[in-house]
Amino acid sequence: MSFFQPQATKAAQKQSAIDPQHQPWVEKYRPKTIDDVSAQEHTVAVLRKTLTSSNLPHMLFYGPPGTGKTSTILALARQLFGPDNFRSRVLELNASDERGISIVREKIKNFARQTPRAQAVASDGKTYPCPPYKIIILDEADSMTQDAQAALRRIMELYARITRFCLVCNYVTRIIEPLASRCSKFRFKPLDPSATSARLAQIAAAENVPLSPGTAAALVATSHGDLRRAITYLQSAARLATSVAPPAPITPRDVQEIAGVVPDDVVVGFAGALGIEPLGTGGGDGMDVDVDAGGKATGFDGVRKKAKAIIREGYSASQIIAQLHDYVVAHPTLTARQKARCAMVFAEADKALCDGADEELWILEVGLRAHKAIASDS
Amino acid sequence: MSLWVDKHRPRSLDQLHYHHALSARLKALAASGDFPHMLFYGPSGAGKKTRIAGTLLELFGKGVEKLKIDQRVFLTPTKRKLDVNIVQSNFHIEITPSEVGNYDRVVIQEILKEIAQTQQVDLSAKQKFKLVVIHEADSLTRDAQAALRRTMEKYMTNMRLILCANSTSKLIAPIRSRCLLMRVAAPSEEEMRAVLDYVGKREGFAIPDDTARLIAQDANGNVRKALLVLEALKMQNTDLSSSALSIAKPDWETYCHKVADMIIQEQSPARVMEVRAKLYELLSHCIPPSVVIKTIAEKVVDQVDDALKADIMHWAAIYEARMRVGNKKIFHLEAWVVKVMSLYKHFFLGFDMDAGFDDF
Repeated sequence: MSFFQPQATKAAQKQSAIDPQHQPWVEKYRPKTIDDVSAQEHTVAVLRKTLTSSNLPHMLFYGPPGTGKTSTILALARQLFGPDNFRSRVLELNASDERGISIVREKIKNFARQTPRAQAVASDGKTYPCPPYKIIILDEADSMTQDAQAALRRIMELYARITRFCLVCNYVTRIIEPLASRCSKFRFKPLDPSATSARLAQIAAAENVPLSPGTAAALVATSHGDLRRAITYLQSAARLATSVAPPAPITPRDVQEIAGVVPDDVVVGFAGALGIEPLGTGGGDGMDVDVDAGGKATGFDGVRKKAKAIIREGYSASQIIAQLHDYVVAHPTLTARQKARCAMVFAEADKALCDGADEELWILEVGLRAHKAIASDS
Repeated sequence: MSLWVDKHRPRSLDQLHYHHALSARLKALAASGDFPHMLFYGPSGAGKKTRIAGTLLELFGKGVEKLKIDQRVFLTPTKRKLDVNIVQSNFHIEITPSEVGNYDRVVIQEILKEIAQTQQVDLSAKQKFKLVVIHEADSLTRDAQAALRRTMEKYMTNMRLILCANSTSKLIAPIRSRCLLMRVAAPSEEEMRAVLDYVGKREGFAIPDDTARLIAQDANGNVRKALLVLEALKMQNTDLSSSALSIAKPDWETYCHKVADMIIQEQSPARVMEVRAKLYELLSHCIPPSVVIKTIAEKVVDQVDDALKADIMHWAAIYEARMRVGNKKIFHLEAWVVKVMSLYKHFFLGFDMDAGFDDF
């Protein structure tokens, strides 16, 4: 083994030509093997079999962002072919490349048509299975046009002997049915909190970042099962914390600010203007507390004032609505009917904001209608 | 001679008048050498661009102030030519891809790849990467945003992005999760007055308290507007005493108010036609239709009964959203005007307002 070691270190040096200090941690800690992939046991178990049997179906990976779809296929390809054959055997295309129908007809077809070259001798001394086919990874496949997808159909079948496709997407419904039926589907589920925090702790330890349990909890809560987001937030927070003269510890508040989360008191204040009493006013006798008695202006002018204040502070409308939704749904004293009506308002507002409607008008609209819904039968 | 807004614009992060915590944070990030992608968001006139310029100065030194303007031509896949203006220095480049509408994806792909593939050649440069500033990032199309996703990760070694947007709502989640978010809130009234006082001192006059308050209230958090108003007032009468002073509203705003008054005064088909003529006039002067509907609605709401206010705003929101999806703006503006008129009339004639908007 000692014979191979110098070569191995040379290869490692070549890889670190990019300054690792400035590399985003998301890239730095991308899983190297499929066994490193967090929390997708089922998929990993199936794929591990392919490593030994050297037979691979066409694959369709789908699931929410940050669950490890791209990482898994890249790790698998690397394990199958090794670093030296990787370039000649794998074609990776994503939404930042031109992917119209002409590219499918030319670039993809040409690559699919080539007979895989003979296996080069692995320079790092390990042996790789290197099965006799190539892999084409179509990342973010749901942003491919229908026509481009249709053009893929025949190509996939024609060259199935020497080429495997792997489609990666967020929304499986955007992939046309004929393509989906040619692939074996793998669903990637959002990471559960324990898996996320375990991975974060691992990275924090490797980077020498002190990570308190509260901060880890805040990271998990703001990332909603998206590991990439959690890692990015962690890195940003670590940057901020280490950039001041005596390195400060990361607080949960830092994480929330980075994540663009609206502070709780703003949400509670807005909810107060809608006639929802704050959670803290005592459980049993909470119903007796009159919101108006607190000196807050409710009604149209109150809501309008709050909405204007929110816009001035620069908070994003969709974030406000999402958090208000969480607050209302979890609220103990509102009736189910009130909650349902509010939820409907939030849904409509979300649709409108997606279409690009004016934020100020819609925050006001949400406020007024939720106010009405809550006043209607309480 | 330049406007006061530009003349007294803070050049570095130290000269900024408010949000000192944010400035300190930016400075620390710039000094650390490990600079993330950033997304600045906040209402207009809050100082996003000033902060970006300050950050650039902090990162690269004086070199970033030597700007040149370039006009570049891009080819769309359908062989159409697009002209895009680019502001650049040796270290950074500023683009506004939304200028070219639907083809912004092409611009994003080409420019970013071009920049990302060349390394910084200037050896004396403080940072190894180049910076790309994308203005009005919230009006990028979905395609363009999707194109940004992977590029942001792949070319991290050679390039960093700074996005500048009014709100994060229109940015897709993958982009938001790749950036360090920087919220630039509008200044409070006191902070605004501090800025006004500073400019007054630099120009060699004092601003009476009442005037400063008046300007600050009128600007509603928009420093740019406040300074422009201040300069205009100073031109009109030199002593700035508040008794004779009134802030002139822009023409379109008074015009919108006139429309609001017309809606309140009379509700009839003939009046709708008159309003329509006025709306056309506004649109043909390039006032954005969403601003028109918002301004009129605010004014109408001030003059009607409490019971009507919520409904009027509700329909304004609905029609404004439809306007974005639809094609012909004037239809939706008119529909809203007619709706408001009918609501108003029903309310006064005492009809039961049951149709459609009460039963969500």
